[in-house]
Amino acid sequence: MAEEVDHENAYDGLLGGDDSQWAFGTDFEDPLAGVDTSLPGGVDGRDLATYCLMLADDALVMSHRLTEWCSRAPDLEEDIALANIALDLLGQSRLVLARAAAADPSVVPALPEGSPVPPEDALAFFRDDREFLNVRLVEGDNGDFGRTMARLLVFSTWRLALLERLASSRDHVLAAVAAKGVKEMTYHRDYAARWFLTLARGTDESRRRVVEGLTGIWSLHGELFVTHDVERRVADAGVGVAPGDVAAEVDVLLEQVFSASGVERPTVPPLAGVRGRTGRHGLHTEALSHLLAEMQVVARAHPRGSW
Amino acid sequence: MPMLTLVDLGVLRDVQAQDGRVVVTITPTYSGCPAVATMRDDLVHRLRDAGFDDVEVRVSLTPAWSSDWISDRGRQALAEHGLSAPGPAPTRSGPVPLSLLPVRRMLTCPRCGADDVELTSEFGPTACKALYRCVSCLEPFEHVKEI
Repeated sequence: MAEEVDHENAYDGLLGGDDSQWAFGTDFEDPLAGVDTSLPGGVDGRDLATYCLMLADDALVMSHRLTEWCSRAPDLEEDIALANIALDLLGQSRLVLARAAAADPSVVPALPEGSPVPPEDALAFFRDDREFLNVRLVEGDNGDFGRTMARLLVFSTWRLALLERLASSRDHVLAAVAAKGVKEMTYHRDYAARWFLTLARGTDESRRRVVEGLTGIWSLHGELFVTHDVERRVADAGVGVAPGDVAAEVDVLLEQVFSASGVERPTVPPLAGVRGRTGRHGLHTEALSHLLAEMQVVARAHPRGSW
Repeated sequence: MPMLTLVDLGVLRDVQAQDGRVVVTITPTYSGCPAVATMRDDLVHRLRDAGFDDVEVRVSLTPAWSSDWISDRGRQALAEHGLSAPGPAPTRSGPVPLSLLPVRRMLTCPRCGADDVELTSEFGPTACKALYRCVSCLEPFEHVKEI
């Protein structure tokens, strides 16, 4: 094998002549290959797909923000931790986007003929900002490490509460993704809560920053618990979870962290939507447009590209 | 972790062979585990090398993978290669409790056997590992996390 390696070619050198591993991690088959994706009774396919986009977009956009810390975190351990958490969220997002496409193929953007882009990638890279249904909490800039931990604490506490309930969904795919996601979100939440406590009980400067970070994101905290019509319908059908139902539980958990940290719950009025429309309706802050521009530019420049 | 087979890792859940056709079922370890594509490729290539041209690899998401599924042979292989094997996975009923204290595990150093070890980070080079350091022999080592 070794003598066949073309030393002028860096890829060949890496692979030792075995091209079966080329495009590692990208030339995927369907991530739901062999999984039963039939629609559970009593739920509209479009509703289920829309609900999946909400869950997937929350994870995808949060994941992208966390990856922005890569090579920039305060130390190597936190760099690795944030990348690991981002990877878990990306994995959750990919499976749920694939589930959205299977539930209603019409939600997948049309691509040029011959494009090898799989449906979950088409949904991630070829939708515009107004088609993203994530809550606005996840899309803003990271700010400093204190603000990032404050946001991750609120986000992971909320998402863990949602996934704990979603694990008993009548939709087998969502139930499975949620059961796995609970294990992951558990250590995301512990990680963020410990850092929140450490920073709040640390120096005057670390405390100032984490408190400012929490205050800075708090205007988008209320939006997490507003139940959209689609969420209401899929919850009534036993397939989804109404976020309003987890508000009390999330509140208790956050209070535990705040009181251990000696931090007062912020009193910041919620960031208004436009005529009641917010992230779940596709109405976003400018930050999402910038984020998507960076995240999507390569994929959009090469819609027929094979990665 | 090339010292582990897919069976050792507990990822291979089922193999059905009928009339020369093979259907293999795997369960990914973590949602975003990038090694799943490699596992799939390896399975297809090994089976083709063994004369099975008609191979299908299916994914089973339920039940979710647990570190308890790592075989005894796998745990021994981990230790022989300087990695610390996971203890029993946490079991719970009811809501997930919040834990504000650092994770505590009773571990021994896979190199020198000392039990005086310290956690460097709950997150390691892959999603499934935490980083430790042996206070006795001063060598760092990786611990496969309980999940």
